[in-house]
Amino acid sequence: MSTALESAPGYRARRTLPLRVEAARQLRRRRTLVVGAVLAVLPFVLIAAFAIGGHDGSRDGRVSLIDTATASGVNFAATALFVSAGFVLVVPVALFCGDTVAAEAGWSSLRYLLAAPVPRTRLLLSKLVVALAFSAAAVALLPLVALAAGTVAYGWGPLHIPTGGTLPAGTAAARLAAITGYVLVSQLATAALAFWLSTVTDAPLGAVGGAMGLTIVGNVLDAITALGHWRDFLPAHWQYAWADVLQPQAEWGGMIKGTAVSASYAVVLFALGFRHFRGKDVVS
Amino acid sequence: MKLPRITVRRPGRGRLAAVVAALAVLAGAGTWGVAASASGPPAVHREDRFLTMPESPGSKATVRLDTSFFTAGSTGRRPAVLLAHGFGGSKDELRGQAEELARDGYAVLTWSARGFGASTGRIGLNAPDAEVADVSRLIDWLAKRPEVRLDKPGDPRVGIAGASYGGALALLAAGYDKRVDAIAPQITYWNLADALFPGDVFKKLWSGIFFTTGSTAASAPAGGSASNSGRKGAVGTGCGRFQPELCAMYQRVAVAGRPDAQARQLLEQRSPSAVAGRIRVPALIVQGQSDSLFPLDQADQAAGAISRNHAPVAVDWVAGGHDTGYGEQDRIGRRARAWFDRYLKDDRSADTGPVFRVSRTGGLDTTAGKPQLRGASDRSYPGLRNDPRPIALTGREQRFANPAGAGPPAVSTLPGLGGASQLSGLGLGVSLDFPGQYAHFDSARLKEGVHVTGAPVARVKVASDSGEAVLFAKVYDVGPDGRQRLPGQLVAPVRVTDARDGRVVELRLPAVDHTFEAGHRMRLVLAATDLGYASPVQPATYTVSLAGGGLSVPTAPGVRTGSSALPWWTWGMPLGAVAVAAALLLTGRRRSAAPAAPDPRPAEVPLQITGLTKRYAKSADRYAVQDLSFRVERGQVLGLLGPNGAGKTTTLRMLMGLIRPDGGEIRVFGHAIRPGAPVLSRVGAFVEGSGFLPHLSGRANLDLYWRATGRPAEDAHLDEALEIAGLGSALDRAVRTYSQGMRQRLAIAQAMLGLPDLLILDEPTNGLDPPQIREMREVMIRYAAAGRTVIVSSHLLAEVEQSCTHLVVMDRGRLVTAGPVAEITGAGDTLLVGVEGEVSEVLAEKVAALPGVGSAVPAETGLLVRLDGASTAQLLAELVRLEVPVSSVGPHRRLEDAFLTLIGGSA
Repeated sequence: MSTALESAPGYRARRTLPLRVEAARQLRRRRTLVVGAVLAVLPFVLIAAFAIGGHDGSRDGRVSLIDTATASGVNFAATALFVSAGFVLVVPVALFCGDTVAAEAGWSSLRYLLAAPVPRTRLLLSKLVVALAFSAAAVALLPLVALAAGTVAYGWGPLHIPTGGTLPAGTAAARLAAITGYVLVSQLATAALAFWLSTVTDAPLGAVGGAMGLTIVGNVLDAITALGHWRDFLPAHWQYAWADVLQPQAEWGGMIKGTAVSASYAVVLFALGFRHFRGKDVVS
Repeated sequence: MKLPRITVRRPGRGRLAAVVAALAVLAGAGTWGVAASASGPPAVHREDRFLTMPESPGSKATVRLDTSFFTAGSTGRRPAVLLAHGFGGSKDELRGQAEELARDGYAVLTWSARGFGASTGRIGLNAPDAEVADVSRLIDWLAKRPEVRLDKPGDPRVGIAGASYGGALALLAAGYDKRVDAIAPQITYWNLADALFPGDVFKKLWSGIFFTTGSTAASAPAGGSASNSGRKGAVGTGCGRFQPELCAMYQRVAVAGRPDAQARQLLEQRSPSAVAGRIRVPALIVQGQSDSLFPLDQADQAAGAISRNHAPVAVDWVAGGHDTGYGEQDRIGRRARAWFDRYLKDDRSADTGPVFRVSRTGGLDTTAGKPQLRGASDRSYPGLRNDPRPIALTGREQRFANPAGAGPPAVSTLPGLGGASQLSGLGLGVSLDFPGQYAHFDSARLKEGVHVTGAPVARVKVASDSGEAVLFAKVYDVGPDGRQRLPGQLVAPVRVTDARDGRVVELRLPAVDHTFEAGHRMRLVLAATDLGYASPVQPATYTVSLAGGGLSVPTAPGVRTGSSALPWWTWGMPLGAVAVAAALLLTGRRRSAAPAAPDPRPAEVPLQITGLTKRYAKSADRYAVQDLSFRVERGQVLGLLGPNGAGKTTTLRMLMGLIRPDGGEIRVFGHAIRPGAPVLSRVGAFVEGSGFLPHLSGRANLDLYWRATGRPAEDAHLDEALEIAGLGSALDRAVRTYSQGMRQRLAIAQAMLGLPDLLILDEPTNGLDPPQIREMREVMIRYAAAGRTVIVSSHLLAEVEQSCTHLVVMDRGRLVTAGPVAEITGAGDTLLVGVEGEVSEVLAEKVAALPGVGSAVPAETGLLVRLDGASTAQLLAELVRLEVPVSSVGPHRRLEDAFLTLIGGSA
């Protein structure tokens, strides 16, 4: 046993906290299972709601995806996304990204990981990748279950566009996949905010709640039309830009802009998170 | 925008800089926006005046034109631009545009044309000796202005722009007055007769709107009403401010329901086409794709004629038009400015844009709530019959009726009710054909999409039992689901005469820019009626069949769609964000206390702490640890002793790289400790309680922890560790069900995973029962005996003295003493002498003065005595001699008391 070794035999900083290990640490958590269950059950709740409520037609002349929800499986999946993109899908993203570091601090397991030692940047990177992967899985789960359940309930057919016209089922399914990706990307800003707060506070609820709160503030600001073009710089403004591809002639401009805005906020907030955690005194 | 001045305190500098940087990006666009408006555009100076013109050249009668002259900025001479308004408007609608041009360095003249606004006179529909002559008088006036640049005396550098009625005036003025240097006519006509009487069919709805607008304008202004009312009787009612011959022509045609040669001639004389050979100036021709009043072929003829005169021409097909409103005015305004910059200011760097550009409607942008437009362009103008492709149509001969009274009419467009056709781009337009009143011929489903740019052509044979047929030809785009839409909501009317026995005619269909997708069909429809046009009121039966192939559709493969117009920030914002993120990550690194190369000399030393200092957060002079130095050798079991708050845990946290010292250095096996230092992998630690994932079992926790270290599984020595934990079957239960002691043992086991060379245990016996405590001591002693090193922190002297070889005693962040256990505890055995009743200071002093006693201090329940030579028996004898009511004598090891003695002894 030579005492001049810089590290224990077999230790490599780049092998610490592999993604598989971090995923295993997070996967069996109750909140993970609850989120998964809620998202998997939600489509069935919607199907039940449509079955009980029947079809009421559109309200006050405005057309929305809900009017054509039961037209086909893809319609139903699109509707499920439409009703959940504003809030239901924001919660898991904020939860997975906001809780990831703060919960470890709360359990005191953070200091043992850091003393293992897992280099701080590597720890954050592993946690971030796993949190985003979980978020992606959550966001993808809902439309997948909705598509499957909707196809069983309403059949596999073309997407009926509320304003008229149809999209072939194959095209519509591909567009739904793109939409799902966009919904995730559009929530990167929320994810990054939660992640940053997670490195700042030891209270998981503070990080998740803070991110949700600011996201809601963004939504409120977006409702103030007097802000005019300033709203273009709110991630919430582009939240539903994906509706642009549910028409015969898909429009990607809004989604590109939304992606730009969301990614910009995310990059800065992620950097703030890394910067803060890098130099932080861990006292939890 | 100015940032508030912020005084930055030393420790916060990095963080504040980060926040400011982040805000700067988030507010980035705003900062520039504010800066632009703060610098302020130059004020625009406006002069309003009436100019008097002869009513016609040489006549005594005059008209007065209401004009505004706009200039801005410097006093030098500049090119001039005349802005002409549309039909029914006045100079007022041009004010914003004029001010913008003025700020751009032009002298701008706007005026209300004859019969409009506050100007007097009669509407002559751009008559050469009236409205067009007025423009020459205005140019004369401009030539005398000191602000206006002259090409030669009396000839100013001047361009004309205008839309619709004003656009035609621009074309006409360029034809009649050689002094005009460039024009930018928009959505206007080339031949008004063709526009109002296409295919010799009267466009009754648009013409009606046109003439009614001119007539009702009469009642409003005061200026001309007196002279008008005088002649009103001569021209009949409802003529308003129109010239009598125009009014009579309109009324004649409207009553007859069909144009006559005289009417055509009257309108053609006043159309730009009359001076086709004389328009030789650079022309930017803008035309609308949803314009059933002045369709694209009007612009096509204008562009062709001016090109033949060898003048530069650019053609721009915008979305919208007279039917729907004109939604691209901002872009066209910029383009017209660039056009004038190039041809009036001679600025060769000005980008006049592509020779041909067409706005293509994409889908709806739901966020903005309007359809997306994107430009497609080419370096040459393809015209309306470029690269034609045959599309076969099928359909037998069909008979259909022209209903008596021409009603109910088919619907293609609703002039003025723009909304309906605006939706056509989205497949939502209103179009309607009545069964039995039309014939249709369909293509097969298209194997590949066809983008039609221009006017399709078809040959059909038409017969009418009345000898004459008026047909409305249109090409529908029929989707796979059978829904049909009419591109541009446009129809091409045609009058076929001498058709009793059938005549083959070539139909020229409306010019459009439209993609027929693969799987769609083209459907040629010939209808007997259309809401917008006058068709024969006599009932008739038409028979129509295809005469040859089918449709010949023009394409323009050279016209390429550019990247969609995304605002600059779509790319700029992420780039800026990446820059800010990089700045955030690259700056504000705390000085990393240059971890000098490992010192070979103390490489054998498991732990060397030198001058270690840590202040409390946000404090300049309160120290958690101050100037701490000690050293631990191999094989030692070191007790780190001190009361709560002595700085033990802070020291251990610094040792684990969790917090950074403010000063001093920690070296483990010669390597300086910083966060994540690899040498920490040789250190096992249990500090301040356990830290486990509560939802996982003890075994899973240890397993995942070891896997998180990234080291080989066989190095973990898991079984040895588990033996120490001694959890038995509880190991497979979730940690949240564990008691405090179980967690404690599991945490110690975790610290021992991999048998680290340096093991740190912070209060390891908290929550353990006595047998476990004893076992733990043995574990530590055995562990160090194998050549490893153990550091145990505790606030109980009794605990550490039984297992430790060496002690470091701390109090309030400072080192009190360090050395072998025997040296510290053996230097004076401390006894607690239980005394009944109060112990006075005097008594303590007396005892302290006894021979062989180091110190004596009163304690809560008696007297603390440190022996210095005397034995317990001797002391007891002396106490009895002093008549102290001794109730008990025993060793006392509570640390607080040991401290009292240590401190008392040194005092």
